[in-house]
Amino acid sequence: MITSQTVLSVHNLQVSAGSNPLVKGISFEIKQGEIFALVGESGSGKSLTSLSIMRLLPEVLKITAGEVVFGQQKIFELTETQMNSVRGKKIAMIFQEPQTSLNPVQTVGVQLQEVLKLHQNINATDLQTKLISLLEEVGIPEPEARLKWYPHQLSGGQKQRIMIAMALACEPELLVADEPTTALDVTIQRQILDLLNDLRKTRNLSVLLITHDMGVVAEMADTVAVMQRGEILEQADCNTFFANPQHEYSKRLINSLPKADDFIGVNDNESLLEVNDLKVWFAKKKGILQRTVGHTKAVDGVSFKVNKGETLAIVGESGSGKTTMGKAILRLNPVHAGSIKFKGKELSGLSHSQFLPHRRDIQVIFQDPFSSMNPRMSVREIIEEGMVSLKVEANAKKREEIMCALLTRVGLEPEHLDRYPHEFSGGQRQRIAIARALAVKPELIICDEPTSALDVSIRGQVLELLNELQQETGVSLLFITHDLSIVPHLAHRVAVMKDGVIVEQGTTEQVMTAPAHEYTQALLKAVPALYTS
Amino acid sequence: MILPVFLWSDLLIYTLIASVGLFLWQLRKNPQAKKRWSGVFASKVGMASFIVILFYILISLLDSLHYREPLPQLNGVEQQEVAYSSEVKSVLDIVLSPLHSSNESTYSAPFALHSFAKENMTDTNGAIYRDFPRLKNAGSHLTDVRERSWDILWRSVLAILLGILIAAVPIAAHKYYRNKIAQGTADHSGSDAVPWNVAYSTVLIISVIGCWVLSLSEFYHILGTDKVGSDVLYQSIKAIRTGVLIGTLATLVTLPLAIILGISAGYFKGWVDDVVQYTYTTLSSIPGILLIAASVLLIDVYIETHAEQFNLTTLRSDFKFLALCAILGLTSWTGLCRMLRAETLKVSQLDYVQAAHAFGVSHRRVIGKHILPNVTHLILIAIVLDFSMFVLAEAVLSYIGVGVDPDMHSWGNMINAARSELSRDPVVWWSVSAAFILMFTLVLAANLFSDEVRNAFDPNTAKGDS
Repeated sequence: MITSQTVLSVHNLQVSAGSNPLVKGISFEIKQGEIFALVGESGSGKSLTSLSIMRLLPEVLKITAGEVVFGQQKIFELTETQMNSVRGKKIAMIFQEPQTSLNPVQTVGVQLQEVLKLHQNINATDLQTKLISLLEEVGIPEPEARLKWYPHQLSGGQKQRIMIAMALACEPELLVADEPTTALDVTIQRQILDLLNDLRKTRNLSVLLITHDMGVVAEMADTVAVMQRGEILEQADCNTFFANPQHEYSKRLINSLPKADDFIGVNDNESLLEVNDLKVWFAKKKGILQRTVGHTKAVDGVSFKVNKGETLAIVGESGSGKTTMGKAILRLNPVHAGSIKFKGKELSGLSHSQFLPHRRDIQVIFQDPFSSMNPRMSVREIIEEGMVSLKVEANAKKREEIMCALLTRVGLEPEHLDRYPHEFSGGQRQRIAIARALAVKPELIICDEPTSALDVSIRGQVLELLNELQQETGVSLLFITHDLSIVPHLAHRVAVMKDGVIVEQGTTEQVMTAPAHEYTQALLKAVPALYTS
Repeated sequence: MILPVFLWSDLLIYTLIASVGLFLWQLRKNPQAKKRWSGVFASKVGMASFIVILFYILISLLDSLHYREPLPQLNGVEQQEVAYSSEVKSVLDIVLSPLHSSNESTYSAPFALHSFAKENMTDTNGAIYRDFPRLKNAGSHLTDVRERSWDILWRSVLAILLGILIAAVPIAAHKYYRNKIAQGTADHSGSDAVPWNVAYSTVLIISVIGCWVLSLSEFYHILGTDKVGSDVLYQSIKAIRTGVLIGTLATLVTLPLAIILGISAGYFKGWVDDVVQYTYTTLSSIPGILLIAASVLLIDVYIETHAEQFNLTTLRSDFKFLALCAILGLTSWTGLCRMLRAETLKVSQLDYVQAAHAFGVSHRRVIGKHILPNVTHLILIAIVLDFSMFVLAEAVLSYIGVGVDPDMHSWGNMINAARSELSRDPVVWWSVSAAFILMFTLVLAANLFSDEVRNAFDPNTAKGDS
């Protein structure tokens, strides 16, 4: 299947911002019909590489050396007009965020047509059939009707399919896919990856796949190149790479993938949190008098239990109501019905002030480390806030001692107290968020996707930290995640949520190895796994 | 002894200056805000426009120290009580005394020696003829009319030299001080960021223009005279106080309304939001001019019926002026309120606000610590933009006759008078031009400054962090 013909070759490509080199002379070749994976963490320069190939770099960045040869053409020697005919026609690109890549005020059909008209001479009758066949190819049902739809009417996965259709419209030889599935749910990711794989086979298309997810790489790629800080550390055939990684960093990346068969034993501690038939409904209101005409049932009757010192993972795709449920336990969302018992005490009926003493016991860590801290407060103020308002420690000097100890514990320096959040990286911020939650000595921490915004190797460290803290302090964790792959070595028990209800729950081992519900099975199958045993 | 007069607007403006000083003092503790503000002053435009604004404010502050002079004692009569003149003067009048006292009888062009209108005159032989009479004050030191150009040139050169000299002293002192600081500390990266040279040249230009204007206006009406022969330059300088004050005071009225209502609407949502929204929708659907005109009429009636409270014309016009500020403020808070509500809606959904709720932080603290600091950029930008808007609004309102008291010097009143002046032939252009130039400089400086403030504070354009 793979011919030896080279489609794209990059020689000693260098990109810098001013005097600061960002891509430091990388070289690679992509052969026809091959999926070439460029792997690296955020900031490693992989997206810059793809943008330089397309000559779409922002103005502040300059290509300082190297050349890119596409077929017979040297890309950097083309004029801008010549380049325009290469872009889209010969090399096409799909982006990470399908939500923002489509124009919201034009129908899908119009946007697809635009690409075709621009690059191909095609008459009106052929155009329609071509559009329909394109949509069929990328697996959009009822293509004729969908052409008249606006982007907001489509789901995220469908939008990404449309993006792929647009990219394929002019039959390019090379497809640059910049993190095409990062913004999508696992099951959708699976479909898109399958689609890319099929297209590669049917069209003999070369794909430059940029990703940070080693699972995706293991499954898709023919050749792998690992990038770090603007350099390619290692480049190898996919099988050889995973069997025998050469570079230290590559080993770390591969090892950061949690093993799927490493489960934690379940303990039989007394229960800490008991949730029974919890319903979080949001009223739909209409008319001048704001009459309630119905409810959006975000969480519709879930029951579960978290034991002391135990981690319960709530797994589900976006929109399944898992975050809403977490916020309802924290009383950040109103509870419609059901009971929440904490250490045997009913919490759901309490008023705002009655609930206040319990705020100390239940804390939260959010998903986005950038929005979870007030950018105008120093780390000291951020951590101190809860301790002051919940009256954990009245003495300012003792508070300072506690804060210093906490920062050291989560792997930061006491000097960091007087810095501001923007001076920290995502992983460090998440550590601050953990310190903030721990400062009030809670018994339960609700972790709302705390690692999904982090790079793989950092993700491993943060999860490790949470594990250690649980062993030291005996804190219970309610871990909300969409990522099944991190569950095994993290959680004692798992509950799978879909459309506001829990479809299956049990010990991690039981759910992961012998899933009973078909949705769980689908989820497990969709996870791109390294070790597909 | 003179009798100090404290007008309400004087007290307000000095309180305001004091609170701005206090705010700056507080700012020293906050490294982030300090960095942002130094970003504003690191830009050349920001620095220059700030100094121009400062100059205007300085003039209006000088003009806000009012007093009454005692009347000269009648000869031979021993009086128990000193009687004071009913004319309220300000410190600025001392500086501008040559302008204020040198009135002509009617219009005269800038630098003119003769009146603008012909008059009947009697020559030495007793025959009556019509010609342009010599002005009483302007150029009265000249023996020959032909000397005028040389006289102006000579005096200009002297004035400019003096202006340079006056500016050179503080600039040299400041430079010396900076060098001393730079020697003391090894790292002088911080002071290098400020474009002091721009500051120096702005100060120099202002000083030269100021000296030139002051020294020449002693001998000529450099911007001419108006219908009743009073100096236009004097009027337009006195109008600076009106412009600056209406800008700051009216903005001050809008702020608490917009901030409190906007943030509580966005934060508490529900019925609070409904009430606030209905209020500002109603208010903004009534034409602002209508409300202002109606209120000004009401105030006129109040002044008429309570004449005993306003025994001085200055008191009356000051009261009317303050009322105008209040009305302008009360009718223009809706824009900022709407923006703050939207931004608060957005900010209050962010995770850090949710985290604060999870820590049981009280609403007051959440608003004070989390919401307000993160919407400050909107408030700051609105302050500077509103300022120039109100300066212009005053001109428009005075033009249609519902603005400040006709006794009060204001650019609006000057422009209003220009309605008839511009229809004369030849045109009397200097009055409206003077008002225009001074107002234009202030509004331009304020707008440029607001641009810089926006660049530094708006999270979308701010360099570096969010």
